[in-house]
Amino acid sequence: MPLIRNGVIADDDWIVAADDAALPDGQPVIVSLARWRAERADLLGRNTPLGVRLESNESAAALADDVGRLALIAIAFPTFRDGRGFSTARLLRERYGFSGELRAVGNVFRDQFLFMHRCGFDAYEVADAAEAEAFAAALASFSVFYQSTGDGRTSAATLRRLRRAAE
Amino acid sequence: MYRYDEFDHAFVAQRVEQFREQAARRLAGTLSEDEFKPHRLMNGLYLQLHAYMLRVAIPYGTLSSRQMRKLAHIARAYDRGYGHFTTRQNIQYNWPALKDVPDILAELAAVEMHAIQTSGNCIRNITADPFAGVAADEIEDPRIYAEIIRQWSSLHPEFSFLPRKFKIAVTGAAEDRAAIAFHDIGLQLVRAEDGEVGFAVLVGGGQGRTPMIAKTIRPFLPKAHLLSYLEAILRVYNLLGRRDNLFKARIKILVHEVGTEAFTDMVEEEWAQLKGGPVELPDGELERILAYFRPPAYERLEAVTPAVDVQARADPAFAAWVRANLVAHKQPGYAIVNLSLKAEGEPPGDATDAQMDAIADLADRYSLGEIRVTHEQNLVLPNVKAGDLYELWQALRPLGLATANIGHVTDIIACPGLDYCSLANARSIPIAQAITRRFNDLARIHDLAELKIKISGCINACGHHHVGHIGILGVDKKGEEFYQITLGGDATRTAAIGSIVGPAFSSDQVVDAVETVVNTYVDVRAPGERFLDTYRRLGPAPFKESLYAAH
Repeated sequence: MPLIRNGVIADDDWIVAADDAALPDGQPVIVSLARWRAERADLLGRNTPLGVRLESNESAAALADDVGRLALIAIAFPTFRDGRGFSTARLLRERYGFSGELRAVGNVFRDQFLFMHRCGFDAYEVADAAEAEAFAAALASFSVFYQSTGDGRTSAATLRRLRRAAE
Repeated sequence: MYRYDEFDHAFVAQRVEQFREQAARRLAGTLSEDEFKPHRLMNGLYLQLHAYMLRVAIPYGTLSSRQMRKLAHIARAYDRGYGHFTTRQNIQYNWPALKDVPDILAELAAVEMHAIQTSGNCIRNITADPFAGVAADEIEDPRIYAEIIRQWSSLHPEFSFLPRKFKIAVTGAAEDRAAIAFHDIGLQLVRAEDGEVGFAVLVGGGQGRTPMIAKTIRPFLPKAHLLSYLEAILRVYNLLGRRDNLFKARIKILVHEVGTEAFTDMVEEEWAQLKGGPVELPDGELERILAYFRPPAYERLEAVTPAVDVQARADPAFAAWVRANLVAHKQPGYAIVNLSLKAEGEPPGDATDAQMDAIADLADRYSLGEIRVTHEQNLVLPNVKAGDLYELWQALRPLGLATANIGHVTDIIACPGLDYCSLANARSIPIAQAITRRFNDLARIHDLAELKIKISGCINACGHHHVGHIGILGVDKKGEEFYQITLGGDATRTAAIGSIVGPAFSSDQVVDAVETVVNTYVDVRAPGERFLDTYRRLGPAPFKESLYAAH
């Protein structure tokens, strides 16, 4: 499946490891939260980049103490209706300070790209190339934002304040 | 009234263009109806029994005359010459063509309106006391805060895929005219002992198949923290609300299942992290929005206008209208005037394009250009000089807008029901129409005092039957429309959920049954006692007796 990273289609150098699969040597792997918890010490000893996949019912707090040790966190969207991952992403970025790759996986569509980006995602696994090609347009569809999130965009209310201050 | 600045204009215009592109893909066949569904729902476009239905937001129920003229124009140019005002301060158009909807949205944007988040599992239109800013019993204008919440909730990146829809209502008055206890979040402006104004925060109210009265989770929230507290509630709900069962997905179920205390603890814990952070309004923004809601330039008038009394003495029909449809204004010499959309034989809440245009003109002439929409599906001219009342009443009569029945037996809330809605089990509108024909004697209507009938065509309770003094719920019995009657509901400060009085009635029997209930009340009431008070004093027994004993 195509991967969008930092706004462009990118090669995926990560291996998603099933819970019972042997881990390939020397390659970055994404494991489940359960496996991370069970094999934490061994995984940290591999000395390769590590990623953990959170299912939509698994909480950001489960990785709060480990954000500095992980290079990637994947958050699953089992259906487009399941919006828990938006909160999980903001918590990882804004509360726990995760600075690695935050990847949306599962049912990820163009209509959610901007919401996801605003919540801190910087990588998106999508179904086909058409979705990937729609990325830039989706992010450009709005220039006004009414909320302050940790994404660096300035909210309308703050822009108004800045304008008042400049007057 | 709030006016869009360049940011608000750009935002709504971009939303229109986004939908135009999506609708074009649907019309070209690139998108299937299934794929199109989430797009149209995010823009208030439903697929109903016969056609698309477009629901347009009227934030906190405030309209300018210019906006009302635009609503009339849309009804005339794109629909069948009428619109339906709903219980959540929206207007619905029942017959728009998909190809026209982007143009309709562009027309709305031109008058600072939109259909954003009038459907879907997101934060819906923010509603408020329809008498906000003019009511005599108000601490502060709740629309200031409703507008702040409207902006904060518009395309919120974290809360656009909630477990279920989410409704917020705000009031600043002593009397609850916004049914805040039946919203996912109800906000009540309150004054603390030291004089500071803040919010009492209620969570977890709602109707539907599991009606619940909201619980107060914070008796006093400082205004400065409104958005951080809302964000905390929404985040707890987004993460923990049930997603396994559509019927258990509202926040009321979460609050009920974890318990009010545990839910409150979770919110407070989350809030402790968010409080004072970037989510709070920046300095000056509250003042900027507040400035739009400053009182208009009222004339200094005598509190009492003798002319009204004289005209009332001479004209009993005018006197009856004054008695039933006027509400005390905070400004001496002015009145809040209700325009009933419940004329005899008419579908509750419907207004024609001609009526809407006429109301806009009357608002310009008599109400400083302002109109309100109530959750009880009526309209309001909020700023009428007492000296103009007689003239206004005379102008309203030929328009069918002077029915003197506000708060009375024929001022019925009804959902669209099986005439329009794909969820309904039974028709609502014909029952409402039949009741208004049965009770068509004004002296009798007024003798029955305050009496609220609310009709829903299915268990989703869009017609608020749970909170009707007399509630009527349409059910399907082996393919036939039947109607269950509930008694004792109340949407106000003394909130209560009605109880089913007994077996359902057929569509032929239900109006007789309502009349039996009403006649029983007349027989057993104490002098000056409202229906609800009689019911509370005596319980269901006398009503059960008269409804079922003879059968």
